[in-house]
Amino acid sequence: MAHTQSANNASPVLEVKNLRTHFQTRRGELKAVNNVSFSLARGETLGLVGESGSGKSMTCFSILRMIAKPAGKIVGGEVLLDGTDLLKLSEEEIREVRGKGISMILQDPMTSLNPLISVGKQVAEPLHLHQGLSGSSLWDAVREVLALVRIPAPERRLKDYPHQMSGGMRQRIVGAISVSCRPRVLIADEPTTALDVTIQAQFLKLLKDMQKSTGLGMILVTHDLGIVAKNCDRVAVMYAGKIVEIGSVRDIFDRPAHPYTRALLRSLPKLSEKHDRLPSIEGQPPDLLDLPAGCSFQERCPHAMPICRRQEPEQTEIAKEHLARCFLVDEEAEA
Amino acid sequence: MKRRLPLLPAIVLIVFAFFGIAGQYVMPHDPNAMSLWDAYKPPFWQAEGTLTYPLGTDQMGRDILSRIVGGASISMQVGFVVVVVAGSIGAIMALLAGYLGGWVDVVIMRVVDVFLSMPTMLIAIVLAAVLGPSKNNLILVLIVVGWSGYTRVLRSEVLRIKKGEFINLAIVAGSSKLRIMLVHVLPNMVNTLIVVATLQLGLVIITEATLSFIGVGVPPPDPAWGSMLADGRAYISSAWWLAFWPGLAILLVVMSFNFLGDWLRMRLDPRFRQV
Repeated sequence: MAHTQSANNASPVLEVKNLRTHFQTRRGELKAVNNVSFSLARGETLGLVGESGSGKSMTCFSILRMIAKPAGKIVGGEVLLDGTDLLKLSEEEIREVRGKGISMILQDPMTSLNPLISVGKQVAEPLHLHQGLSGSSLWDAVREVLALVRIPAPERRLKDYPHQMSGGMRQRIVGAISVSCRPRVLIADEPTTALDVTIQAQFLKLLKDMQKSTGLGMILVTHDLGIVAKNCDRVAVMYAGKIVEIGSVRDIFDRPAHPYTRALLRSLPKLSEKHDRLPSIEGQPPDLLDLPAGCSFQERCPHAMPICRRQEPEQTEIAKEHLARCFLVDEEAEA
Repeated sequence: MKRRLPLLPAIVLIVFAFFGIAGQYVMPHDPNAMSLWDAYKPPFWQAEGTLTYPLGTDQMGRDILSRIVGGASISMQVGFVVVVVAGSIGAIMALLAGYLGGWVDVVIMRVVDVFLSMPTMLIAIVLAAVLGPSKNNLILVLIVVGWSGYTRVLRSEVLRIKKGEFINLAIVAGSSKLRIMLVHVLPNMVNTLIVVATLQLGLVIITEATLSFIGVGVPPPDPAWGSMLADGRAYISSAWWLAFWPGLAILLVVMSFNFLGDWLRMRLDPRFRQV
């Protein structure tokens, strides 16, 4: 397990405070990201897990201010990169941050590359834009980045077009583009869902190795808890646009506090036990346009109490750096 | 379904394109030279026909073959200039509307709606009346009524391209909007643009012929196919060849462009492409 205690003590490279992103729909306001706060230390990997529609990707896109206007809007909060609030920057300034300060690897390597431009040129683009490289120094840098993501025979591959490459190879190119300008933070939004299992492991190892050599902070978005256990230092569990529990991998996997986290972990198949059916979480995730009063999870929660229907639970610290939004762990709350 | 290059249409177009470019060197006579003595000569295979005027002569004794060749030059010129200019304007508007969205999109598309609802003939007649009939005014008219069609089709193409993750990747990498539009979106529109433009070429040539036919296009004595057709109409029962040859030329060229356009569409559209 790649768990490092020391990483947590360093000053955070990225701090997200009370981030809220809303979408205007015909049926009303959809709170896709609802008061999300977390921090990320240098060299640390934070896993962001949750089911589809829980707001993982929207959180990431909000950090880079890539919410589609005019329907979507970041309505509040702060995103601090080394102390600078990204939400207050001008369009030009945020463009400087993208790629250089924070970069992102997208889900689908099949459509992440421009089909008409050779991969070499696509890797060169951010290097040219952000570092003003050109000529032979630019191509040296491109070769260096391709070597970093372990493209075999990079010299020969430079002139290839995306369709001439396999999915795993393309995702490495996407990775190369994302890390080419040495960002301080890398957001990997389900980087391996489109890859098969062996390539998945290879690519994740590659990301971890790059992290070791460059010291970047990484947010790994996934719904695969196995990947989280293997690759992350800390985990944030999202449900209905909120972080319901956040803590170290150890805490989350060994001492899950929120009923949703516990249910998620229970639904993982275990080789040691025989199941006819895997345990699942009853019911459906709530309609984000019509959230119940109180806790969002109450309708599916086996421990729901009267207070859960009246009041929204606050984030409560259970242990050091282990927080959950649940009245079960909040000793001051009256049941 | 795999289709081969439509050979016959390609040959027809190459021949007419050659006429269009080098017509004045290959035409046997001056297309505007009148010789009333030789008027109404039928094509060469008929009793009174001669090989001097292989396709016959018109009511003023002008050589029809030379006029068809000269007409090719006018049709091709008008066709290509209109398609290139209208296509460029249409593509740029589509790029702006589709990529920027918001109020830019609303404004451009409402303007497109207005232009699409304008009757081509009426505008052409009015403009010809105001500016006077000439080849350049004809080109202007066809551009004015033509660009909006491209915007309509290409805007949806831009919306499709915009959804590609590589656009997001470019944004993540810090590219500016202008750069993304020019480097990432525009090149991906070219396939569709070529297909639409090829199909439009046929349509533009038909419209040019129609406008010349009703007398608001290329003014006489220049040998536009449409005006030749109009002149020949009066003699259709006595001298059929006056109207037949320009009609055949229009049919061949427009049909060839349509076949070629269909083939290009199958060829370039990834949905039809075979791996």
